[in-house]
Parts: sequence; C-alpha cells; structure tokens
Amino acid sequence: MKNEKIKFRDRIKDISSGLGDSLKESTLWGSIFRPGSPFRKGYSDSPRNRSYVVMNNVLYHLHPVKVKRHGVRLSYTLCLGGLSFFTFIVLTITGIWLMFYFRPTEMAYVDIQTLQTSIAFGSLVRNMHRWAAHIMVLVVFLHMSRVFYHGAYKAPREFNWVIGVILLLLTLLLSFTGYLLPWDQLAIWAVTVGGNMASYAPVIGAQVKFALFAGLEATEATLLRFYVLHVLFLPFIIVIFMAIHFWRVRKDGGISGPL
Amino acid sequence: MVDIPEHLLLKTAEARAKALGISVEQALAEMRGEVKPTKIEKEPDIIEVSPVEVEVKKEAPVPATEVKKEAPVPATEVKEEAPVPATEAKEAPVTITKEAPAPAPEKSNGQIPAEVDFAPETKVTQRLLTVVKAKPIQKPTSEPVDKVNTWPHLMLPEFISLMAMTAFLIFLSAILQAPLLEEANPNITPNPAKAPWYFLGLQEALSYWDPQIAGIMIPGVIGVFGFMAIPYIDRNKDNKPSKRKYAIMLYTFFLAGAGTLSIIGILFRGPGWNWTYPWIDGVWFDDLLDWVHFE
Repeated sequence: MKNEKIKFRDRIKDISSGLGDSLKESTLWGSIFRPGSPFRKGYSDSPRNRSYVVMNNVLYHLHPVKVKRHGVRLSYTLCLGGLSFFTFIVLTITGIWLMFYFRPTEMAYVDIQTLQTSIAFGSLVRNMHRWAAHIMVLVVFLHMSRVFYHGAYKAPREFNWVIGVILLLLTLLLSFTGYLLPWDQLAIWAVTVGGNMASYAPVIGAQVKFALFAGLEATEATLLRFYVLHVLFLPFIIVIFMAIHFWRVRKDGGISGPL
Repeated sequence: MVDIPEHLLLKTAEARAKALGISVEQALAEMRGEVKPTKIEKEPDIIEVSPVEVEVKKEAPVPATEVKKEAPVPATEVKEEAPVPATEAKEAPVTITKEAPAPAPEKSNGQIPAEVDFAPETKVTQRLLTVVKAKPIQKPTSEPVDKVNTWPHLMLPEFISLMAMTAFLIFLSAILQAPLLEEANPNITPNPAKAPWYFLGLQEALSYWDPQIAGIMIPGVIGVFGFMAIPYIDRNKDNKPSKRKYAIMLYTFFLAGAGTLSIIGILFRGPGWNWTYPWIDGVWFDDLLDWVHFE
C-alpha cells in the first residue's frame, strides 16, 4: 500500500515535470519570453544571467543593468521615488475598480454609501484609495525633500527637478479633484475652501476658479468636471510627465551622488 | 567641415604653387574654389608596363625617339617610357618605378632632359583635404564608479518595500474607515470649514495675512516658481551637506514653517478658526476623526 503511494507520487512528479519541460520548449513559451529571460529556461545565478534578468524584461525601460553601489542602500533614497510611482499604480488599480460603482451625478453620494455597505470589498478598496492618495502626497513631498538634501537637483539634473515640481503639483491637483467625489459635507466644503484660496491668485484667480468649478460655487456641474479631471485628464498628463521624469533620471546619469 | 587654419592653408598653397609653377595667389584662389584648378599633368605613381603594352610599342614601325610623339600608346605612363629603345623593350618587360628611372635616351647624351620628369618625388603633390583636430580616441569623462547589478541588489529591496507598502495600505484600510459625512448641502456650512490637509498650512497663513500676500506670494511665487527655480538659483556645484549649509538651512526653515502652519491648521483650529487644543476640545478635522480619539 505504502509502496504504491510512493509510486503514484513519483508518477505525478514525472508527468508534471515532463509537462513543464515540454511547455518550456514550445513555440508559444519561447515567443513570450526573450532569449536569456529567466522564465525561458530557468534561472541560474551568474553575472551574465543577472544582466539578462534586467535586459530581457520590460523593466529595462526603468532600470539599467547596473546601478551605483551607494544608491542601492535603502537609507540613501528610502525608496521614496519608487514608492511614489507604486502608490500611483495602486491608486490607478483601485480607482478603476471604484469607477465601476460610481456615477458623478446626484447619485454620487448614494453610490458611495452602496459601495461601503453592499459591495464585496467596497469599503476596503475605497479606504485603500483614500489612504493611498494621502500617502502619495506625503511620499512625493518627502521624495522632493530627499532630493533637495542630497543636492540631486544640481547639474545636469536641473530640468528633472522642474519636472518633479510639476509632478508634485499634479499630485496635489489629483488629490484635490478626488476630494470632491464622495459628495458629502466634508468633500464639498473642503473643495469650496480650496477653490476660494485659488481665487486669491492674481489676475486669473477668479477665472481659474470659475473654469475649475464650472460656475461660482461647487455644484453638480463641478462634480462632473472634477470627475473628468480626476479620472482622465490629470492621470493622462501626469503619466506623460512621469515618463519624462524617469527617462531623464537615466539620461542624466542615474542616481546622484555619492555625497 | 573643420575650418582650415590660415597658416596651414598658406603653406599648402605655397607647396602647390611650387609644384605647378603658378603663383601663390593663384594657388590660394584655386584652393578656395574661385578659379578653375590647374590641371596636373602627371600623377606620381609606380609605373608598370605590361608585356602587352610593350608589344604595342614594338609594332610601331617608327624609330624609338619618334614614338614619344606618334605611337598610339594606351597609357600616359608609357609615354615616359618611350625613349627606351625598342630593342631593350623586346628583351624583357620593363618596370619603371620612381626609384628606378629608365635609361636616358641617346639624344640627350646620358643626361635626363628637363622636360621629362622621371623623379616625380621632386614635386610636392600632397594636398590638404581637411584638418582633424587632435583628440584621444577614448576620453575619460568621469571617474570609474563602483556599480552593482540591478538584479538582485536594487530590484529585491524595491520589491520588498513595495510589498511592505501594500501590506501597510491593506492593514490601514482594514482598521481605519475613510470619512463619509452627510450628503453635500451647499446651504449648511460646517464650522470650521477646512481644506484638504495639504492646504491647511496655507489656510492657516491666510488667517494671518492679507490674501494678496498669503494667497499669492507664498503658494504662487515661492511654492511653485520658487521651487522650480531652485537649481537655477543655487549655482553651488557641491553636493556635500557641509559645503551647502545655507541651502540646507533655508529648506529646513521652509519645512519647519510649512509643517508648523499645517499642524496648527489641522489640529489647533476649531470653530471660527479659533485656537483649540485637540486634547481638550476634540479634533476639528473630519479626515482625522477616525484616527485619533481624544475624549
């Protein structure tokens, strides 16, 4: 009886490893993973394969094969730039999920209530979206401070700093436009106060506020406008600037320093 | 194309003028393309007369001295070789190089006649095409840097911090409920009405100063354009903290000021924007309601 069990287990093992081998030799598998990719024929640790992991990966757009040793230390960057990008991705995923249940009309508030009470994981995903948004503002700001204290904005990275400030502004705008969407008392009054502050800007302040609010005060027209800005326009712009930002990081010689 | 320095151009023109027997000015003009260049009659080269060519010459029924003028020879080089007596050519193919001039014809008594140039190296025939500035093939632009493989030394910490962030977010979202108050009502203004937390420092500043100052100067001029201009204002190339104390001090002052204003705006302002203590009067910031419970 025991013997038979072992035999059976061995047979399963043989079949599964055989299946795995034939899958990895198939044309389909080979077409998905580039030659040298660790997924193509398994990974064994060697300097050559360490390069291949990056080179045969879409991440090659973000990372070079080698980076400066001092930049790898967690205490140098605290991973703040990467985490800014990651919170943006989390916000995109949870945000798209929330869009399935949200209408930017007079039904907005009801939709949020329904989301919190009757939809599986609705409350969790909404919480994640909100807290990730706050964390993103914080992390982007901390990233900027880290860059300042390391003097990483100096030549040849001057323009990437300018793009970074634009990205911070866009992050604030994304957070601000999202603030109105739950359409509760907190949302409408926070946005009203914020809009009033914008109207103090010289010359164009009142016009900017009028264009942003689609009128003089926060109404349902404002809700629709903020919604479109929040889910389409500003993400579109910020992705463009992020692409330039990441590209410039590499073109300007990777991470700055060492100090 | 690289501009040719004047002295080199002049030197080349002189050499060319000497070679072609023209004036230096004319050579200069030719080189600049202003005048049609003087035709160079003969190119110095290794002259090799193949047996076939010699045969052609052999068949010519004229004395050797006259071949120079009349024989229909295929190549100009053969013309030079023409004074060689046909009998000599019959015996072996003659190879004439710059180094080995052919025997002199009889009529010039063993002297090389001036019009037949057997020593082309006496002419300076090189021409200046371009001047390539001296540069090393490999130029070291920076000091060699100590580098490590991105995989695993960077990607692994990144992956871990990303997982940690995800775990933290899920944990936070599980224990803290995002605020949702009553439905929006433009007719009921809460007291105090507060902006999102990242604008509360600004709102606090607006309660001290005229909006023209606090609403324009601080966020607009300093906040946006000032920050963008930092790398163009700070021209100090050093990035060592000890060498840029002034910049670090300014930024730290900014951080401290903005942080203080924000914390006051978030925690210490109650109805009518009056000063409150959160541990006595409670928190007047709805975003924080579920975070802190001061009784």
